[in-house]
Amino acid sequence: MIILKTIITIFVLLSIFKLIKQRKNNKITLLSFIFWFILWLVIALVFYLPETTSYLAQMVGVGRGVDLALYISIIIIFYLLFKVFVRLNKIDREITKIVREQAIKDEE
Amino acid sequence: MKIYIVIAAYNEEKNIANILRSLVNLDYNIVVVDDGSKDRTVDIVKNYPVTLLKHIINRGQGASLVTGTEYAYQKGADIVVHFDADGQHLISEISKIIKPIMDNEVDIVLGSKFLQKNKIPFFKKYFIIKPAIVFNNLFTGIKLTDVHNGFRGLSRKSLDLINIKQDGMAHASEIIAEIKKYKLKYKEVSVTVIYNEFGQGLSGGLKILKDLMFDNIIK
Repeated sequence: MIILKTIITIFVLLSIFKLIKQRKNNKITLLSFIFWFILWLVIALVFYLPETTSYLAQMVGVGRGVDLALYISIIIIFYLLFKVFVRLNKIDREITKIVREQAIKDEE
Repeated sequence: MKIYIVIAAYNEEKNIANILRSLVNLDYNIVVVDDGSKDRTVDIVKNYPVTLLKHIINRGQGASLVTGTEYAYQKGADIVVHFDADGQHLISEISKIIKPIMDNEVDIVLGSKFLQKNKIPFFKKYFIIKPAIVFNNLFTGIKLTDVHNGFRGLSRKSLDLINIKQDGMAHASEIIAEIKKYKLKYKEVSVTVIYNEFGQGLSGGLKILKDLMFDNIIK
């Protein structure tokens, strides 16, 4: 458990550190900075104090706290996956548009 | 009448010369869209008096056809014909494709390989094309005898309306869906298809399915 705790701690700290750096360089919006920052804090909290989730779980009626954490993370993952997919699709179309315009402009 | 033949070519150094050699003798404007070929396609096409549009990177057959079609539209085309670069269609049948449009009979003409006897590999016919036809008819609500036949003619009116978003092979289904959406008058014309290679296999078919599904989800 100690090894796992160390790994998770280092990982969370590194992620937050990177996040702050990105925010400083203005690479991400304030909103997404807050979102990710809270997400990482929650991950750390759940890991150090798993009992907090049990309390929440009972409130929403899922039973065990770990289950609740699992459900929420799956929902978040799917949501992010979907967002990435939509974004990728949009980028794909934009690339085609650029390639097309260039092709028509440079007709031979 | 301004008639444009649009050919999307991707790595077609073996076939493109044959097509262009006979095509340039006819009274059509020819547009070849090179879809970022890695072979000598571009060099070969340059030897012929045709318009060459080059995609700097590969974007798929649908994207290439749209590029050529858009170019033809800007040049004031009255009819645009999509023609495959791999030699599976007959140049002599182009006149068959454009005739119903010239006669003002329909807005769009689709080639069909099932209105006459064509030699089609058994597996391809019964395990890929036929199920795809059923799926396409369900998906688009238009009953056709063939699916994904790349030989088609579009009138200026249909060019005004049809908007192809699919870069890949799914564009063929998309065109049919657009026919339904805008209630365009269409007609299937019997064409010859020569299979020199396997063409789109099962994985190609599945990719088309995936593209169509996702497109409907994110619309």
